[in-house]
Amino acid sequence: MRVVRVEGFEDWRREARALLAAEVRPEQVSFQPSEASQDSLFEEDGPSAAMGETQTARITVPRGFLDLAETVALHREERRWDLLYRVLWRVNHSERHLLAVDVDEDVRELLLMEKAVRRDIHKMHAFVRFRKVADEEGERYVAWHRPDHRIVFAVGPWFARRFGAMRWSILTPDGSVHWDTRELTHGPPVTQSEAPQGDDMEELWRSYYASIFNPARVKVKAMKAEMPVRHWATLPEADIIPQLLQQASQREVQMRETQKTSAAPFVPGDHRLEVLAPAVQRCQGCELYQFATQAVFGEGARQALVMFVGEQPGDVEDVKGRPFVGPAGKVLDEALAEAGIDRREVYVTNAVKHFKFEERGKRRIHKTPRGVEVAACKPWLEAEMDAVQPKLIVALGATAAVSLMGRDFRITRDRGVFFPHPRAEALLATVHPSYLLRLPDPQQKAEEYVKFVEDLRLVAERVRELGVAR
Amino acid sequence: MEVQAKLRILADAAKYDASCASSGSKRERPAGGVGNTTGIGICHSYTPDGRCVSLLKLLLTNYCIYDCTYCVNRISSDTPRARFTPQEVVSLTIEFYKRNYIEGLFLSSGIIQNVDYTMEQLIEVARTLREEHGFGGYIHLKVAPGASEELIAEAGKWADRLSANIELPQQADLDKLAPAKTHAEIEDTMTDIRTGILTAKDKTTRAGRRPQFAPAGQSTQMIVGATEAPDAAILTKASTLYKGYQLRRVYYSAFSPIPHADPRLPLQSAPLVRENRLYQADWLLRFYGFQVQELTTPESPNLPLDKDPKLAWALRHRAFFPVDVNQASQAALLRVPGLGVRNVQRILRIRRYHTLRLEDLRRLKVPVERAKFFVITADHHPAGLEWESRKVEKKVKPASEQLLLFDAAQSATNGEL
Ligand code: SF4
Ligand code: SF4
Repeated sequence: MRVVRVEGFEDWRREARALLAAEVRPEQVSFQPSEASQDSLFEEDGPSAAMGETQTARITVPRGFLDLAETVALHREERRWDLLYRVLWRVNHSERHLLAVDVDEDVRELLLMEKAVRRDIHKMHAFVRFRKVADEEGERYVAWHRPDHRIVFAVGPWFARRFGAMRWSILTPDGSVHWDTRELTHGPPVTQSEAPQGDDMEELWRSYYASIFNPARVKVKAMKAEMPVRHWATLPEADIIPQLLQQASQREVQMRETQKTSAAPFVPGDHRLEVLAPAVQRCQGCELYQFATQAVFGEGARQALVMFVGEQPGDVEDVKGRPFVGPAGKVLDEALAEAGIDRREVYVTNAVKHFKFEERGKRRIHKTPRGVEVAACKPWLEAEMDAVQPKLIVALGATAAVSLMGRDFRITRDRGVFFPHPRAEALLATVHPSYLLRLPDPQQKAEEYVKFVEDLRLVAERVRELGVAR
Repeated sequence: MEVQAKLRILADAAKYDASCASSGSKRERPAGGVGNTTGIGICHSYTPDGRCVSLLKLLLTNYCIYDCTYCVNRISSDTPRARFTPQEVVSLTIEFYKRNYIEGLFLSSGIIQNVDYTMEQLIEVARTLREEHGFGGYIHLKVAPGASEELIAEAGKWADRLSANIELPQQADLDKLAPAKTHAEIEDTMTDIRTGILTAKDKTTRAGRRPQFAPAGQSTQMIVGATEAPDAAILTKASTLYKGYQLRRVYYSAFSPIPHADPRLPLQSAPLVRENRLYQADWLLRFYGFQVQELTTPESPNLPLDKDPKLAWALRHRAFFPVDVNQASQAALLRVPGLGVRNVQRILRIRRYHTLRLEDLRRLKVPVERAKFFVITADHHPAGLEWESRKVEKKVKPASEQLLLFDAAQSATNGEL
């Protein structure tokens, strides 16, 4: 086995040419780095003396091979030289089109190496971060970067073309390049600790980076795939990534919580009834929307003097999409008529807009909504009160009363009395008509019905007073 | 207000603009200046949402006299406002550029006073960068529809790319959400930009030296999911725009509800995967020889969300397959699910010297598990794969929902599908 020492692409090219001319088979030769250049690309004494020149033979070098080889030469793996020689050999020995066959094992490996180097060059173009420092001659922009491959000298010209009017240096563990606005020069390796720290612009840059991040779409994997963590140490913006991610997850939890427990994000800013009514169908303020047929919004006179607030739609309402059209609605209608209140002059709605039930066989049994659901749905009720601007509010049953007056309100104790309310001149609470329907004893039912109508008469009286005042 | 505070507001306001490309322009660094463009865009960083940071993307101001419903900057929104001076944007751009944070500047603005005044402000930034700082980096200027021809001509002189946003796919959508805007006016502006580009090219041939005019061409952006317009309408509009105004890119931006939104807007954000499907369809139109009518059907005018549009087409046209990778034309290969443009080119090259087997496709990183139902190779014929069975559909789709989204996002950005 012949060992050939090579330093860089030019060495390899010269040696390979000679070996090929001498018909040395790839298995018979091994390319190895020259001892001195193990860790630094930078040679104080210039390249080592080459082996004697052999006379040139007819050598086929397909189009594109030299470019490919020159790029692959920058790869950090030593076996690149052997691989290049093997491919060159095969091309010259009856496999003229080898390079076109990407799926050949050797070619594929070369292409992978080429891709790795090109990507590294591209990432170096992207991730070098200059810091402004002052030296004897004025401003200089200095960057420290750790490339994966031995590309530092190869990228110099690119930076010179772009940053021509600036004096700059790029330092790496393999060597460094400097530009003085006219000429590129090479220098020895530099460790990160020797590089300048900090730059005033970095604070602004981080602000920018934080502002363009959209916390609603966190894709850390995608970010890391394109911006590998090993480069983060030299990217000033990477400092705040953990902080941004933490804020994003807090924000998400918050959003989820408020969304789960409130209709607020779904209530339009415009509180006209014709805007609210269609919007409620899209509400996902609590989980009830998932099971009901539809949301049931309030209805009635646009500028009703009285707003009746029930608990929630029942089975019939859920299907018809209108409030108080089932059995309880009938009781309400009768009682209103008896008390002398014109149903067409009131507005009726519910504290919760979706029907909550339990399935028993084929029947859907009413279930009292929980406090969270009542609270979640309150923004709709608020918006309705804002739209209708009633003078009086009548809470039918405990759920409505609690929604409107708070937890301490007790129907049994506080019914039939006018209370002040921020959304109207007064609020009165009474039982829910369905309570009457549920009473088993006809005697008691009749008594309770009378009490219910009495409460409504109070309302009717008050309406007349207000109507006169108006 | 401090520059840093303005930067926060005006970068935040610009982040809803989807266009971030900095590619397609070649510009030498002016003598004594900094900056060039090399044709390839560079992403200098990535934010944790996985998006590329290439340009300093800013609004000059987010004050606006208009009231476009879908926009955070509309006059009726209560978002915090700020306004940069042109000089502030110039120095941010230069300082960021010199530290290699960015490829250049993307500058848009709310409309202040009137369209032409706004345009003059944007031009002032670009002109100062070019003339006074010898800046050769990338500049993308947003053009306010209805800006005068002279101002567009001026903008094209300094910018690499110009774009006027079409906003919504149909005039009816604009009538509903942005009554002050019309497609006719927006497209007039696109015509002016195209004229500028073509005139500049003409002059090259006669005088030999090219007066530069937006060398990276023009692009536009469409908001998806703010109205009922189906994908068929969106793609039809895109394809008309590509042809009519020689756009380089149409960007699709999934509508996401904005704080204190107008009730005419939907409350749910458009699914991100829909945006990705549109990008995939867009690639198919531009590089795979597909026609708009092939991508959706009258019965379902929206792209399916659960599979990419190429696969969906293949499943609707089973008789077209299998395609022999060692024989078929380029056009036929481009129709195979899983064979991207780049791999089709490689296959065409390789097969002149080497007969392809399934294993070779695997080496080319073709998703063989999907493609094998549609291709013939030297060692494989899909006849044995119960091609007719309904299971095919199931097998060719990524196993999990997550993978599906990932796939969609991947090929939406790299165009390989
Ligand atoms: S019950 Fe109320 S809060 Fe819950 S989803 Fe229905 S409308 Fe929204
Ligand atoms: S003109 Fe532009 S900035 Fe102003 S509201 Fe409309 S979309 Fe928003």
